[in-house]
Order: sequence, then C-alpha cells, then structure tokens
Amino acid sequence: MSNNDLALTAHLMRRAGFGATRQELEELSTRSYESLVDDLLNPERFPEIEEDVLDRYYPEITIHNNPGTWLYRMINTKRPLEEKMVLFLHHVFATAYSKDGAPFSHLVQLDLFRRIALTDWRTILVAVSRDPLMISWLDNSENHKNELNENYGREVLELFSMGIGSYTEDDVKECARAFTGWTFTQPIPLYPCGHYLPEFEYLAEDHDEGAKSFLGHTGNFNGEDVIDIVVRQPATAEFVSRHLYSFFVADEAQVPAWSVEPPRDPDAIEALSRKFIESGGSLRPLLRLLFNSDFFKEARYARVKSPAELVVGTVKVSGAHRFPDPGLVQLGEAPEYMGQHLTNPPTVEGWHTGQEWIDGGALTERVNFAADELGDATKPGVRYLVERLSGDGSPISPGDLVDRTLDLVGPVIVSDVTRDSLLGHFRSDGDLRFETEADRERSEALIARALQLAVSTREYQFA
Amino acid sequence: MTRNGRQPVLVVVQLTGGNDFMNTVVPYANPHYYDARRKIRVPEDEVLSIDGGLGFHPSAAPLKEMYDAGDVAVVQGVGHEGSSRSHFRAMDVWHTCEPVEIGTEGWLGRAIREIDPDKENVLTAVNIGRGLPRALVAPGVPVSSVGDLENYGILTGVTDAAQRAQALETFKGMYAPAIGTGPVMDYLSQTGHDVLKGADILKVAPARYSSDVEYADTSIARSLRDVARVHLAGLGTRIFYTSHGGYDTHANQLKDHPVLLADLSAAISDFFQDLRDHDASDEVVMLVFTEFGRRMLDNGGGTDHGTGGGAFIIGDRVVGGLYAEYPSLDRQDWEGGEDMQHTIDFRGLYSTVLEQWMGLDPVPIVNGTFEQMEPFAA
Repeated sequence: MSNNDLALTAHLMRRAGFGATRQELEELSTRSYESLVDDLLNPERFPEIEEDVLDRYYPEITIHNNPGTWLYRMINTKRPLEEKMVLFLHHVFATAYSKDGAPFSHLVQLDLFRRIALTDWRTILVAVSRDPLMISWLDNSENHKNELNENYGREVLELFSMGIGSYTEDDVKECARAFTGWTFTQPIPLYPCGHYLPEFEYLAEDHDEGAKSFLGHTGNFNGEDVIDIVVRQPATAEFVSRHLYSFFVADEAQVPAWSVEPPRDPDAIEALSRKFIESGGSLRPLLRLLFNSDFFKEARYARVKSPAELVVGTVKVSGAHRFPDPGLVQLGEAPEYMGQHLTNPPTVEGWHTGQEWIDGGALTERVNFAADELGDATKPGVRYLVERLSGDGSPISPGDLVDRTLDLVGPVIVSDVTRDSLLGHFRSDGDLRFETEADRERSEALIARALQLAVSTREYQFA
Repeated sequence: MTRNGRQPVLVVVQLTGGNDFMNTVVPYANPHYYDARRKIRVPEDEVLSIDGGLGFHPSAAPLKEMYDAGDVAVVQGVGHEGSSRSHFRAMDVWHTCEPVEIGTEGWLGRAIREIDPDKENVLTAVNIGRGLPRALVAPGVPVSSVGDLENYGILTGVTDAAQRAQALETFKGMYAPAIGTGPVMDYLSQTGHDVLKGADILKVAPARYSSDVEYADTSIARSLRDVARVHLAGLGTRIFYTSHGGYDTHANQLKDHPVLLADLSAAISDFFQDLRDHDASDEVVMLVFTEFGRRMLDNGGGTDHGTGGGAFIIGDRVVGGLYAEYPSLDRQDWEGGEDMQHTIDFRGLYSTVLEQWMGLDPVPIVNGTFEQMEPFAA
C-alpha cells in the first residue's frame, strides 16, 4: 500500500519539478513518496536531455535573446529537481545579460548551475565566484589590488550567504580585497573566428596579499578562505534555509526584510539550518529533510507560482513543446510578460516573489496564457484530457464537468465561490452528451472551455 | 486644487540602479570634482553650463533646453540619514519612506488612498511597465499596471464576443471575495476585478490618441508615450509611474551613462512637447528620482554605490532653477570619508510635491514633517 496519493504526488512534482502530466502523476503515485524524493535527489539515475536535437533546431546563441530553450529543458527534463535547482540558483545568483558581451556566457552559467545544483554551498560559492558572467555582472574584473571595486564582495555577503545585518562595512571591504585578482580572460573577438568563451583567470599580481580582518578572523585571505569562513556562519545556514523554504515550501517576506522579519515557520528554518550546519552546507540531505517533512507536505498552495512555474506547468498539461519546434521563441517571451524575464532579472537581488508576482498586468498575462494554452484542442495534452472526459460516451453533468476539469489540471482545490461561478457558467448548457456527432462537437467545445476556465481561477495561480 | 480647471497629475520616473548625479549636473567649476573623478568625469569644455558653476552632461541637451526655458527644478543633494548602499534597501526606503523598519506600504499607495478613498477609479494610478513598484503598493489600493496598452484585458483569446462576455462574467464571479482565504487570495480577487474594470476603460486610450510628436524607439520613450496616451484620454489618472533601468554604472560608465541620459532627456522633452501640443501640460508635473548617487571617487571604469543623489521636478508650472544645495565636494566634508552628504531629505522632496502640487497632507504619507522647497508657480 502506498503512503502516497495523487494530490500529494502532484504537490511534490509542482515544487521539486515543474509539474507533471496526468499520466505521469497516476504512475508516480503508485510508488512510495520517499522513493519519489530519492529519485528526484539522484538525477544521475535518469538520462540528460537530448542536446543534439535541441542544438539542431536552436543553435545555443538564441538563449541570449530568448530563454525558450531553457523552458524546453524545464518541460522535457527527466531530472526535474536538477532543473528546478538551476532556476533556484538563478533566483539567488541573479545575473542579467544586460552587461554581458559574450552571448554564450549565460548558457555556460546555466550548465554550471546544472553541475553544481545538488552539491554544497561552498562548492556553489566558489564556482559562482569563478564564473566569468558573474565576475562581469558584479564587476569583480574591475576589483583591483590598488583600486577596490566592492560590488562582488558586498553581494557575496548580502545576497549570496549571510544576509544584511550580520556583517560590517569593513567586512565588505575585506571580502572585496580577498577577491582581487579574480577575473577572466578576454575572449578572442567574434570576427572572423566565431564565438570563444571567456575563462576564469586568477591574476596573482593583482591580488591584494596584505593581511585581512574578516568576520573576526585575520590572515592573508584569498577568495576561497573568505568563502570557507562564510559558509561556517550560522547566518549563512539560516539565510540559505530561508531561500530554500521560500522557493520550495511557502512564500516568505522578500529577501531585504529577512534581517528584521522573523521566518514564517521558525521551526522549519531551525531544522533546516541545523541540517545545513551538520552536513557542512550539503544540499542533498537538506532537500531530503525538506521534501519529507510535514511542513512541506502540508504547505499545498502556499506559494504563488513564479511565471516560469506557471508557464511550464501549464505547458506540461497542454502537451505542447515536446519537440523543439519554432514556437519556442514565443514561449520564451511568456514569463517575461508576467514579470520574469529569465536570464535578465531586474537586479542582482533577483525577483520579488509571492504576492509580488501579481499585479494587474501580470495577472492578465497569466490568465491569458493559461487559457489560450488549454483552449487549443489541437495540443496533444488538451486532446488527451478532452478524450478522457468524453471517452466512454456517458453524459456528464455540469457539476461533474467542473469537478473533473479542476481535478485534471491540478488537482486544483477551489473555494465555493469559484466552484459556484464555474457551475453557473455551465448549468444552462445541461448535461454533456456524446450520442450524435453534433452533440459530441458541442460537448468537446464545452470541455475545452471548462479547462480554460479552470486554469483562469485564482486558485490556479498557486503552486 | 485644480490647474487650468483640471486636477493635478504627477508622473514619477524612477531611474533604477543609482544615477550618478555628479555626472548629470556636473560641478565643473569645482576643482574637487576633478580631484575626485580622475577618469569618470565630464571635461569642463563639454559641459552644458547653467549657473552656480554647474552644467548638464552634454548628452542631456534636451533637459538643458527645458532648464533654460525655466521648466526644470534641479533638486541637489537629496538623500537621507543612514543611506544604504544596497540598491534594494535604498529603493525600498525611497518607496516606503521607512528608513529604519522594513515598510510594506508605498508612499504613492498611501497618496492614492487619499486621492481616491472610495476606490472609485481603478485608473487613479497607472504604472507603465511590467511588475508593480513597491511605491504604488498599499493594501486595498487599486493600481493598473499596463505592459501593452494595445491589447489589455482578460481572456482576449476567446474571440467570439458573446462567449467572451459570458466567460468574463464567470471570471468576475470566480474572483469575488471569498471569506477566510487569506490576504494573498483577497489581493488576487481584488486585482482580478480591477483588471476587468481598468481594461474596459483603457480601451479608449490608443483610439483617442493622435500626435505629431515622434518619440524615439527607446524603452523610456515608449513608456512616456503610453503615459501621454492615457493622460490625453482623460480617464482621471492622477499618478503615473514608470522606470528607466541601467544606471548601476560600476563599469563602462563613460560609454553607458551618456546613452542613458540621452534617451531619458529626449523622452522627457518629447513627452512635454506632446502634452503642450494637446494643451494638456499645465496640469502635469514630473518627478525624476533615483535610489542613490555614486561614490565621490570613481573606480577607474565606473563609480560604486554612494549617497547624495539628485532629483528633478519638471513641468510648465515649475519654477525652474537650483533647489537645496549642492553637497560640499571638499574631501573633509565627505560622509564617512567617501560620500556626498545629503542636503535635503527625500521625504521633504516628496512632501513638496504632495502638498504644493497634489494638495495632499504629506505628513501621514511620508511619516513626518520635513523641510520643503517652493518650486511651483503660484
């Protein structure tokens, strides 16, 4: 007997991945919940995405203007948590292409995120500090022994590890000093040889070898030494835990408020922080604890879907984009219209999440995207759902139509107000019948409309 | 309070990233400027000189022309005590007027509540752009955020008119307030209803608009053109908001900053020309602000985060000139040995606009009483 049900499986897949098709959910929910978590945490058990097909249709350069190929990965990956962690790291280490002269660099960064997604915070911080795109974005290439640029040094502490309020301005300067000399090679110019990538370069002669006094430690610190000190700070354990909680469990206050606003669930943050310290910042044990916890299982619909989650989750249901067809470019624009331009976050802080995803413009885009996607019965997933409902030809009452469509696109649990309105929409149409061709045509149109309205609900906005 | 028989309108333009005020209104006559800015500087012979030993950056020529016409109040040295060098914290402070606590309500959100306490018009405030700035956020305050003025509305994919009408009725019902579902759900419900209302009204704006002004194809010009289109449609909007990004010039400043200033000042100039052509400039004032200025010393390729930014109040009813004081550039006066000291609190700037232009009591909006300027014609 499984300790699992379809709704819990759907919750796990929405959070640890980007959702799943109905068929996938039905299959997965026959297995034990813990084994699903274990598979998610071990992506190497599953094949990588077939890059050659993607590359043939979308030479990699296109991601620079359009994140459609990344969305394609989110839709089609067999390693959902790995790809979700890439999005998580993009939220935390928000890097925008606006300053980047080298068009491949974001792909390289996302590949890097894929490789380090389930490692530990020290590995992640060192890798990110060596990433040419990050070095360029936060100007560490302008951070010289005799001309300090403290942009990167500050954000390492403020946004990547400890959070504001747990270090001093002097620590910022000392941290920046430790990262002097961390730069990248200038790539060969584009013409005539094509694209070459910048690579990390450590310039010993530009590194400040003087003694530094950082967070109570003194020594001739280099970047790695500073990171070693930082990952041992309880503030870092708590900060990363809050990030994971906010991304996977339930919406937290925005990052700048964390120094003054207590966590939504202090016990959960404490448990995660303890695990962070115990495991030396290792993410797999931390995520295993998180996904298997009651606070996770109980937090259904406690997060507003990010635009990427809404778009990809909806496409999973509609069944579109299972092949890298030309529509990926348009798809790549959809999250941007909802306020999340992937690979181009508004600031180094990343996106404000939760309720702040929603405003009049964003809600309009979200509803219209989902309704258009589900209203198109030529899409295989929509076709599947329509046939599944109409399949055996027995009549469907308006109440059944509403309940079954809400179940098939989620399951989405709605308030009475929402359900009554949906029922009101279909009541006058009477039972759906499939006896004649005309009946069937009319009924299928009503099913498509019911699917559209199901994903237009306010409840569907939550993950 | 009316202007030319019309309600006053405020257009807020946010320069995101921390505009380098010192290289926007350049203290070219002050040797300390050239001492501090070894590389990231505007040479004296390129400055568009105004008065007081100051001059506009050469790329801001349209703004300089407006200044010469007496339409631009330059507010020098605006900031606050304990200014944060974090973009996000600094922007939060500017948005919420809460320099110590973390505020959740925006100052313009509170202003909208005063202007339209019964929420009679969902277009009282309109943000042009995607994503709502915190300045406009306050519980229960409707704001319309418009990314695409041409096709704004819910369920636009349902093409059959009768079916769309029915679907919109259902949408309205689904987004009706539900008891006990929590503040986020309440906010979603309200937003859904506001969008329905706003879309119905906004439909007219593109249709009603025609203009001889050709705006440039830049993001800020497109945004200000949308502001003009909505304003000229006469929909009762009192507060407009839009942002212009890219001002975080840590590096490549000599290349990037002039482009930003050129795009910005051309867009502002075209915007006011457009309004004047339609006899609709008298009731409009624009406030241009940024979260902070840059560090006194440059870093060789750009400038790091600092304090003491500058702001602009622009419009036909503005008495142009220099307001507050340019912060002392003398090294011994630098705050913390690195930054300009502010000479006027940003909440005094807000208070000036709120009280003297919008006719609102600024005290509860900016949380206190702050020294004001007098930049408006009687």
